[in-house]
Amino acid sequence: MSFVSIEKITKVFPGGVRALDELNLEIKDGEFFALLGPSGCGKTTLLRTLGGLESSTSGTISFEGKDVTFLTPGARNIAMVFQDYALYPHMNVLENISYPLKVRKFSKEEINKRVTQASEALSIQMLLDRKPGQISGGQQQRVAVARAMACTPSLYLFDEPLSNLDARLRLEARTFLKQLQRELGVTTILVTHDQSEALALADRMAVMDKGRIKQVGSPAEFFHRPANIFVASFIGSTPMNLLDGLINDGKVVIGSMTFDIPEHATSTARTGDQIVFGVRPEYVSLVSGPGSGVASGVVKVTENLGTHYLVTADCDGILVRGTAPDGSEPAMGDTVHLKPEPGRSLLYNKTSEDLY
Amino acid sequence: MKLFGKEVALQDKRRIDERTKVEKISTFAFVMLAVSFFAIPLMWLILAPFDSDPTFRIKWPNWGLGNFSEMAENPYAYRSLMNSAIFSAGSGLAVILVGAPASYVLSRIKFSGRDAFLYVLLLFSSIVTGSAAMVPLFLLSLRLNLIDTYQGVVLVLTGGLIPAAIFILKDFTDSIPKSYEESAQIFGASSFRILKDVVTPIIRPGLAVIFVWSFVQAWGNFLAPFILIRDINKQPAAVMMYSFYNDGGQAVFRTVAAFSLIYTIPVLAMYFYVNKKYGFRFYGGIKG
Repeated sequence: MSFVSIEKITKVFPGGVRALDELNLEIKDGEFFALLGPSGCGKTTLLRTLGGLESSTSGTISFEGKDVTFLTPGARNIAMVFQDYALYPHMNVLENISYPLKVRKFSKEEINKRVTQASEALSIQMLLDRKPGQISGGQQQRVAVARAMACTPSLYLFDEPLSNLDARLRLEARTFLKQLQRELGVTTILVTHDQSEALALADRMAVMDKGRIKQVGSPAEFFHRPANIFVASFIGSTPMNLLDGLINDGKVVIGSMTFDIPEHATSTARTGDQIVFGVRPEYVSLVSGPGSGVASGVVKVTENLGTHYLVTADCDGILVRGTAPDGSEPAMGDTVHLKPEPGRSLLYNKTSEDLY
Repeated sequence: MKLFGKEVALQDKRRIDERTKVEKISTFAFVMLAVSFFAIPLMWLILAPFDSDPTFRIKWPNWGLGNFSEMAENPYAYRSLMNSAIFSAGSGLAVILVGAPASYVLSRIKFSGRDAFLYVLLLFSSIVTGSAAMVPLFLLSLRLNLIDTYQGVVLVLTGGLIPAAIFILKDFTDSIPKSYEESAQIFGASSFRILKDVVTPIIRPGLAVIFVWSFVQAWGNFLAPFILIRDINKQPAAVMMYSFYNDGGQAVFRTVAAFSLIYTIPVLAMYFYVNKKYGFRFYGGIKG
């Protein structure tokens, strides 16, 4: 069942910037959903529109089938964790967590009960009488989450909640957020510009660009089958090989190299089509000699990625990246033979930029 | 060998020492002159009220509290201090009541020409209470029947103080992250509650600074009440000070001295109170 449903949402800012462009999206009940994209793609605007902090120019938003497009933020039964946590500096942690409950006129006992529960769940009981300025960034984040939790909302909105933490703490907080979301089972939408965060946390995710959604799917789908060239080049810690070429006689021809047409495109790719051949460096390995479906070239750069090396080779003026296991990496200037793993390569239409 | 060596170096050093000595002495003399320029009136302010026979000069007093009892006998002295308090507190409150919401709006809503607007306001503020505007202000007050009223003076003083107050308070408000208000909004707080629970407590030091600043400005203002108040029962201390003469036209130093000291105390007390409670600082929000 879809919990959040967004139909043709458009947001035009005064000045003419189209932050959201007829965007459609369905988010399922209990799902951890990540919105990912480069800065300025509209992901934060979308989150703020869901929260009611921005009003959309047109389109509708509904939660559980109920139209909330014109509801005030307070009437949507949601909780939002901001990038800077938005803890009130003049209130201590206890007052911060209980503030939303006071606003909603809960009884004293209920407030006490909820504050105790939330602070225990996030192990911040010993911080209750401190001011936000007196606790660490990680603790501030926990307080912000506790404050959201105490409201028992039907939807959590997280606006880059991890980006103000240092790298080490961020990994811990990530695990903890995922666990918490599993336990609560409440639909959660996370905005991030960090793809590893989205891939690690989300059940499903969407990549946005210029106010539109480029792809929706599970993190694995994003990694293995990016739906278009934008997503292919955006996702992945090492940039994907995206080589311009064309189809000729049932083969992919790129400069002097030829490859088999990837399985998903065998029936649709026609001779003469302008294409982009995509394969992740992780799926390109070094083989002993040249042959069909092998790119041969001179090593230009090798980068140590820990367990393996990223090898960039110049194959007749076309740069191809592959990986070699740690210990058997080639030296700069060596001639290498790179072979994409069968079944791992993808074919994109050059004009529509979509997957075949 | 006289040109080089230790001997010559020592001579040079002595010469340099002498030069720096002269420099030091002249700097010191200049600073003392400047200090005494400000310090002597202050000394007078501290000593003269306790001298049973004060004059223009500073002298070791014939200690006594007679000046204060003499001042207390002047029916207008105490009343004028109360009037000053009314003018000052009124202006302070009016500045906060008008300036705080205005600065909040100016901080939160962007419109083209906003900064220019603020600078023009600031420029005008010095005109409103300046001597150039006094004739029109007098005529305006006359037409509005505000001559000889507390409201009239408070209005004029407030008008002069508000632009600078808005300017400073806007900076305070700018330093409050918008997310504070937005998160409260999501929790369902009304605009009024957000202002009351979130914004006001955070800019409270700013409000205190502006209140004291307005109070002090109004307390020391001579021109506006001098022109707009005819009734001696409504004149503030700053104006009253000029009326302590005897029948022969001589200044009554005993009253003037005691009155001056009492006149300065509220301002000093407020400064110390606010400084202790909030510290005079020009930012809000939290650090770290």
